[in-house]
Amino acid sequence: MPVVLAVEGLTKRFGSTRALTDASFELHAGEVLALMGANGAGKSTLVKILCGVHGADAGSMTIGGTTVAFASPRQAREHGIIAVHQTIADVGVPTLSVADNLLLDRSCTGRGPLLAGGRRSLRAAGAIAAGIGLELDLSRRLDALSIAERQLVAIARAVAHDPAVLILDEPTASLSAPESERLFAVLDRLRDRGVALLYISHKTGDLRRIADRIVVLRDGRVSGEFRRPLDLDAAIRAMVGHAVGQVARRDPVPDGAPILRLSQARLAPTAAAFDLVVHAGEVVAVTGPVGAGKSTLAGAIFGLWPLAAGHMDLDGRPWRPRSAGEAIRNGVFMAGEDRWRTTFFPGTVPFAQIAGTIGFPFLDRWGRAGLVARTAETRATRRLIAEFGIKARGPEDLPASLSGGNQQKVVLARWHAEPARLLLLDEPFQGVDIGARDDIIRAIRAQSRDRATIVFVNDLEEALEVGDRVVVMADHAVVGDAADLARISALLASPHPAVS
Amino acid sequence: MASPARAPKGASSLRRFAIDYGLLILLVGLVVVFAVAQPAFLRVNNLFSILQAVAIVALLGVGVTVTMIAGGFDLSVGGLAAFVQMAAAYSLIVLDGSTGSTILLCLGLGILVGLGNALLIVRLGIPDLLATLGMLFLLAGLQLIPTGGRSIAPGMTLLDGSVADGAFTNAFLALGRHRFWDILPVPVLVLAVVAAALWFVMDLTRFGRVFHAVGGNELAARLAGAPTRAYRVCAYVISSTVASLGGILMAARIGRGDVSAGNGLMLDAIAAALIGYAVLGANRPNILGTVVGAVFVGVLLNGLTMLNAPYYLQDFVKGAVLIGALTVTYGLAPKRA
Repeated sequence: MPVVLAVEGLTKRFGSTRALTDASFELHAGEVLALMGANGAGKSTLVKILCGVHGADAGSMTIGGTTVAFASPRQAREHGIIAVHQTIADVGVPTLSVADNLLLDRSCTGRGPLLAGGRRSLRAAGAIAAGIGLELDLSRRLDALSIAERQLVAIARAVAHDPAVLILDEPTASLSAPESERLFAVLDRLRDRGVALLYISHKTGDLRRIADRIVVLRDGRVSGEFRRPLDLDAAIRAMVGHAVGQVARRDPVPDGAPILRLSQARLAPTAAAFDLVVHAGEVVAVTGPVGAGKSTLAGAIFGLWPLAAGHMDLDGRPWRPRSAGEAIRNGVFMAGEDRWRTTFFPGTVPFAQIAGTIGFPFLDRWGRAGLVARTAETRATRRLIAEFGIKARGPEDLPASLSGGNQQKVVLARWHAEPARLLLLDEPFQGVDIGARDDIIRAIRAQSRDRATIVFVNDLEEALEVGDRVVVMADHAVVGDAADLARISALLASPHPAVS
Repeated sequence: MASPARAPKGASSLRRFAIDYGLLILLVGLVVVFAVAQPAFLRVNNLFSILQAVAIVALLGVGVTVTMIAGGFDLSVGGLAAFVQMAAAYSLIVLDGSTGSTILLCLGLGILVGLGNALLIVRLGIPDLLATLGMLFLLAGLQLIPTGGRSIAPGMTLLDGSVADGAFTNAFLALGRHRFWDILPVPVLVLAVVAAALWFVMDLTRFGRVFHAVGGNELAARLAGAPTRAYRVCAYVISSTVASLGGILMAARIGRGDVSAGNGLMLDAIAAALIGYAVLGANRPNILGTVVGAVFVGVLLNGLTMLNAPYYLQDFVKGAVLIGALTVTYGLAPKRA
């Protein structure tokens, strides 16, 4: 296959830091090249240079044999390089219909017809959707779609430009396994059509499924290139610089008393009833596709909403929390998914620093007479920064100035500031590279002896890595325990008729 | 925080200095200019009359600031203060009420309006700007109904033909006109006490942290265990209660129920709160900043009046100050990506 894009010796500095050093690779037509790299390895910088957002300090790019340098994203687009970014917010206009969104680029460049809407527009939108085999009601509003559907709309939009190179930045970050498969089917078609795909992801499962070749970045340099058959372990070693996945499994505490017990619980009136017991000293991973009810279960235990039916016990006493505050007072802590939505405060909040973030849930425990105990807060934060190996200058650093992995460690550290009876962690590995993921798993394990820990994760491999035991959910109910990938897959594949 | 990458160090620290102290230095500069041009400006009496003049606007602004800290907005404070001012006059003159019962009635009305706002915003989910805009009109209209749109003065003829026989009590009038030690006006003292109390709560206590957290990221605050809805309700009740306090002081100062007393009050109060963003580089609503913002405008207007500037310049000057302060807050501050 011909080389579509050749990158030679790209280098980029920001101030005194070298974000990218002498990066070179080639991208062929009709292949999926996976780009791996830890947070801060230079992936985003590379993508931004390819898309014309940044200019390179040194090096060259060649497209179809001619050397190019982009002064703007528009120029990159005209040369056939198009990126689909990770953030859903950028994907379109939420209040417009799918059809309008598919035609957005046309309307915004003034190439569309003067009058929007009408049959002609709908036909044009339909053609764009058909381009990737997207089957959706085009009159629905974008904000009524699932995240996966929105992602597909974004890709359809990108493909409508007839790109030579399509860059996908963690497209499966918030997709379930079947949804990801739907996306991969679309990517397969594009590959067959001769589009060159640059695919950025942390997920080894994705790479195994879709990647033809892997280029690994570490500290701004290309640290490895792997062809089929792909040696993912070697790729991960090239990415983090050492072997991972070697978190020592500890023997489950034999005499751990049951801490949380759910009996005949239903998460929705029409969902099946299930039982679940979690013991002290145990780390239980709850997994299942998006929409299986993992967050609903977490929220019910944490007091955000009641169970639809059934009964919960905490330490042998009935547990019916009516608010997060009540849960926290009783030692039930939850670190929510998507840390910027559920944990951190924007910089306009006067205590958005690490210390203020960590101390916020415990203001009433640490302070007296309604006053804020700044000294206690700072002391606890210093201890936690050391304990969790958070790379920060000190308690007064803003979380926004930390890397993704360190941000997630702050979230985790917060809920270790006081002893927990039951710790719920919802997607604790979101936007975290593999090296930091290991640190986080080790930290969860290190302190789990006297409490029960439940980790809610989408990714099966993550579930197996973090949990002593893996509980699988589907259709808003627990469908079984599993100890290996094959058994989990079997559980997920078997039909679970909803009980009425 | 990410500082602008390419700006030379000198320029960026100068900019930081401008953001932090620009407004305060400008305030001191203004005072010096006015003092040189018109020595009477610096007389203690004049300084207190500036404070007296801005006390009610500042009080309202402080209330709005609380709702802004909690992530909301309250446009109804101006209408509420005017409404309470009319209600006080009605209670004293038409109903012949006592000082105590009038004050209680007024504060009660304030709390009621605050709960009303909270019902619309927190319970029914109407956007804060829209709900309080509606409340502003409602109150501005409501104050006109009992008297058929006329101001309230002792001895006035009522809608049913009878004559009002009550009057403003001396005790009530003292709220607006008395000066402690012949210098410190009551409204200025009230402002000082309310502002100091709210500053203390908002900046030093854990309750204040929750208000800020609710304003910054309500979901994060709730997941950290804070009863966020209760705090939002509380913010509107505080704002309305403080505004009704402003209405009481206004009635006491005017000595009758004036239908046009509330004109422009709301905009001045919100301007003060917005100018406050720029005080000491806070870049966020803050109680102290709001008071400084109100005083800033007061000094400017008083000084210009002393220099015989025409009255019609006032709004122009306020606009210029507000835009200047907003430029400092939003235009100069380092941009977050």
